[in-house]
Amino acid sequence: MRLKIMLALLVLSGLLLTWNLYTMFLKVPDEANQGAIFRIIYFHVPAAITSFTGFFVAMFCGVGYLANKDLRLDAIAASITEVSLAFATITLITGSIWGRIIWGLWWTWDPRLTSYFVCWLMYVGYLMLRRAIDEPNTRARMSAVLSIFACIDIVIVWKSIEWFRTQHPGPVLSIRSGGGMAPGMEAPIWWNLLALLMLSASLILIRMRQEAMQREIDSLRRYAHAF
Amino acid sequence: MNFLRQAWAVAEKDLRSEVRSKETVNASLSFALVILLLFSFAFDPDAEQVRQISGGLLWLVFAFAGTLILNRSFARELVNDCLDALIASPASGAQLFFGKCLANYALLVAVECICLPIFAVFYNVRLPQRIALLFLVMLLGTWGITVIGTLFSAMTVNLRLRELMLPTLVYPMLIPALIGAIQLSTVLIGGEPLGADNQIWFRLLIAFDLIFTILALSLVEIVLVG
Amino acid sequence: MPSTSAVAIEGVWKFFGDYPALRDISFDVAGGACLALLGRNGAGKTTLLRILGGLSKPAKGRVTLLGQDARAEITRKRIGLLGHGIGVYEELSAYENLRLFARLYGIEDPRKTAMEWLERTGLDRVSDGLVREFSRGMRQRLAVARAFLHNPALLLLDEPFTALDDRAIKVLQDLLKGALTEGRTIIMSTHQLREALELATDVALINRGRLAFRGERTREMLEDPGWLYRHYGEA
Repeated sequence: MRLKIMLALLVLSGLLLTWNLYTMFLKVPDEANQGAIFRIIYFHVPAAITSFTGFFVAMFCGVGYLANKDLRLDAIAASITEVSLAFATITLITGSIWGRIIWGLWWTWDPRLTSYFVCWLMYVGYLMLRRAIDEPNTRARMSAVLSIFACIDIVIVWKSIEWFRTQHPGPVLSIRSGGGMAPGMEAPIWWNLLALLMLSASLILIRMRQEAMQREIDSLRRYAHAF
Repeated sequence: MNFLRQAWAVAEKDLRSEVRSKETVNASLSFALVILLLFSFAFDPDAEQVRQISGGLLWLVFAFAGTLILNRSFARELVNDCLDALIASPASGAQLFFGKCLANYALLVAVECICLPIFAVFYNVRLPQRIALLFLVMLLGTWGITVIGTLFSAMTVNLRLRELMLPTLVYPMLIPALIGAIQLSTVLIGGEPLGADNQIWFRLLIAFDLIFTILALSLVEIVLVG
Repeated sequence: MPSTSAVAIEGVWKFFGDYPALRDISFDVAGGACLALLGRNGAGKTTLLRILGGLSKPAKGRVTLLGQDARAEITRKRIGLLGHGIGVYEELSAYENLRLFARLYGIEDPRKTAMEWLERTGLDRVSDGLVREFSRGMRQRLAVARAFLHNPALLLLDEPFTALDDRAIKVLQDLLKGALTEGRTIIMSTHQLREALELATDVALINRGRLAFRGERTREMLEDPGWLYRHYGEA
């Protein structure tokens, strides 16, 4: 049953992405100031939102584990975080490309990108911590605590870097040049967001399946060693 | 009251050990001096540049040297299973943690107080009139480093790669506090007026310290006991 | 369940990953009893003692010590734990170590208690010596002092007689006998050593995480330590 849901989500998201690409390239006109490249925000922004959502949902799953010690919640949290980290990487890369095209710079310490980078670092740390702990319950416990810290810190990091950049202005990646986008142009962001959310959901389910199988192998291995 | 008493018993124990052996503080200070030296080669700044980067330089030194002290914090309890003896005692996880924070804080501030005049000498910086304010910034920023570093020291205590993991986890988390401390320190060392814009950094530091202290005190029991 | 039981273990399970280190352990220990906890290496004795000592939590089941939860502050005040590690600080003196723990256990006059226990364990002459310089026997006596100084109602000892020198064995035996006459409860894991079995009133055998036997310590067990293993060992 779950396999069917996974496949269905994958196919649907694939279809939606294709349809979006069509809309983006053929229906929506070039933006006045930025030219053709601005279409990259149709991936940049949804990827950012998807990963952020993922990190926060993962934190709640971590809290759920702490509440009732169910390792499945930990598996969900870990899977969501991994997939979100992949989308965060996409956010950073698309942001970087965008900056390169617009200003000729691969990196601009734009407040949002910088905050994102810090976020990315925190979650790379999360995955490293998971790698370093063998015992599943200890790993789940520490991961949950770390993700609570990370999520609360994300908010503070975001604000503080924004304030820093207000005092030390630099180039800022923005889609709203001159007060907002024309109505027809915003839609693909939201459609793509839906597509990416579905894609991430299916990837998460795949990842969870892997985790469950890994857990089974681990326990079989332990039984073999113990007896 | 009992909370503070228990915490103080633990803090005193840590400080007494450290004062007796001086291992960690020496290592931390040596490291700080080496960094200060290396930075002078790497940047070779002139007076104006130094004024601009002074805050950043100082806090990088503090953060790096501080990690050595923080790493040892819970690691020193592993010898002879002392950590078990502490956890089994009536002291709660929060009391143990707070005691360790107090000890680490004292050590960190001591190292920083030694580094500051050395920094001033190496980089030809005149320490400002408002040194009291600079000291306040040091106290606020260092508490943030201490709280997060000590908690993560507890989290990573049993890991093989403890020395690598601690900095990797701690530094990204500390960025807001470091930004605030750096901004304020640069302004103060440069002798510029502390305008309204900069009030925001004080507020950030205080909020950071409060939020993470409360968070750490709430979660440390989960980290320490299975 | 008798209301006088000092220790009540109900359906305790502990997992390391998916591996069950303890499987559905349930038994009681009456107040004033001395229970010898037997079992091979890896059977789960240390795991169980750590749960009783409040150092880790069971995955399932409940542990009630002296009528309260193991992790309650009031319980921890009344429990003395002596594990594999001696639990004292190398860089502190014997006196400083005992004073620290006396303070943590909320003792009225930590200084006096520390000095008292240094005397009782024969360490008064080296009270200001750093533990780092102590011989093994001296460290063990200090560890015993740390475990006993707050007059715990329940003592949890993990293989306490292993690798002790004669003087330390004598000190510990006297203390344990004294504790029993005062009505304190003792749970002691052991590898069927005579010193431990002599003191024991009760016996429990853990085999691969399960409780294989629970009963009184009989003459036969004392005379033939392998008896239990032969009868209940390989489950």
